[in-house]
Amino acid sequence: MLVDRINQVARKVPTWAVYIVYLIPVPVLLYMAQTGGLGREPINALERELGEIALQLVIIGLCISPLRRFFGVNLIKFRRTAGVLAFTYVALHMLVWAVLDVQSIDRVVADIIKRPYITIGMAAFILMVPLALTSNNRSVRWLGAVWRRLHLLTYPVAILSGVHFVWLSKGFQLEPLVYLTVILALLALRVPTLVRKVAA
Amino acid sequence: MAHRWKNTLTRADVTPLSAYMNRRQIMAGAMGLGLIGAAGMARSQEAELEPNSWEDITQYNNFYEFGTGKSDPARNAHTLTTEPWTVVIDGLVDNPGDYSMDQIMEAMTIEERIYRFRCVEAWSMVIPWNGFELADLLNLAGVQEGAKYVAFETALRPDEMPGVRFPTLDWPYVEGLRLDEAMHPLTMMATGIYGKTIPNQNGAPIRLVVPWKYGFKSIKSIVRITLTEDEPPTSWNQANGREYGFYSNVNPEVDHPRWSQASERLVGGGLFAKRQPTLMFNGYEEEVASLYDGMDLRANY
Repeated sequence: MLVDRINQVARKVPTWAVYIVYLIPVPVLLYMAQTGGLGREPINALERELGEIALQLVIIGLCISPLRRFFGVNLIKFRRTAGVLAFTYVALHMLVWAVLDVQSIDRVVADIIKRPYITIGMAAFILMVPLALTSNNRSVRWLGAVWRRLHLLTYPVAILSGVHFVWLSKGFQLEPLVYLTVILALLALRVPTLVRKVAA
Repeated sequence: MAHRWKNTLTRADVTPLSAYMNRRQIMAGAMGLGLIGAAGMARSQEAELEPNSWEDITQYNNFYEFGTGKSDPARNAHTLTTEPWTVVIDGLVDNPGDYSMDQIMEAMTIEERIYRFRCVEAWSMVIPWNGFELADLLNLAGVQEGAKYVAFETALRPDEMPGVRFPTLDWPYVEGLRLDEAMHPLTMMATGIYGKTIPNQNGAPIRLVVPWKYGFKSIKSIVRITLTEDEPPTSWNQANGREYGFYSNVNPEVDHPRWSQASERLVGGGLFAKRQPTLMFNGYEEEVASLYDGMDLRANY
């Protein structure tokens, strides 16, 4: 069976290998930005690439529990990997935005306050901080049920990130809408379980 | 009538392409030696306007008919057929009809204009255009009494334009100017860049250039020019009227709702390019501010 085969392989793949593979784009993108591979205006291109990878990782993270529930594919051990990597890419995305793009603390602050799409992007990042800080075994044991509830923050983070992408686009563009739709669909799958838990 | 507007930059500022650094060094040396006086200093500021490279100008474009990515137009626009090309000039004109590109080029005198180009997305370039004043073309058609606006339309060819299969905007792309803006000597129709035929991704074979307005006003690949009495609809204004007004004059004091317009980044500066302050009317305040005397530029954004 395909599912057994996937599960077998997944058991053998160490998470550190996934971290390494998924961090390869960082030096590659920086090299491309320096050598013209990201086009004539590399700052926005780099910002956008990092943001898009972060968004993809958020989506990958959201896919993991439905994959097990509906198909029996067990990739649970990679869920934390996806989350930590997503946080890493969001942090890099913001660093490029603040340092290379906006270039001034005053303007960074002004943008966060005045520009709603940046405000919600920043909100998503801030909500990710406690998740990143508690993404270790000790925190899971320590916080127990609180940890589970805390990590439900992933859902608002996903929605805010998707809306951030749609909102920053000019005109009616397909790609950001596809991302947001996928995120909303993955969250919709969870609604029945959440409702049952709240009711119970 | 060509050559009404005298560029402070000359052909010598554009060519040779590879000599930017040398020229800068010569300037710096000359200034060091005190060879350039006070008047020279003022002009040297303008001379700091180095035209962007051919690659910057032709590989970083917004032309949504060919895709929304910045490199999409350069990749996709080769499919646009620009020969033959006809511009319909109609509405309130004495000589309405089809004007072929050959006819237009024969009647017009091509000159070079080195203009700043400021995109509404807060990036900018300096572009050495070749073309003629729009006023000359409008005079050829004979503007009638009662005409107050000029409407423009881009070609709409789904077979040649992959971007129009998706309703990013309500195609075809349309733009407009007030008649006095259209007749202003800075307003030109470009048919070339760096002395070469204008590439498709830059709006071949003929496009508008209004240097004191955000780039999206400078409509590309024009197939129709209509003189009207009423303010014509414009694409970005229709898509999002709160963000894009009819005037869309470059103004560092009036922000786009989603980002600041106070500064801009000159394309081509690489990963560590510094932002520079955006100039009122993109640096053409002296020439065009009088067009808007008494108007609230915040209300008429």
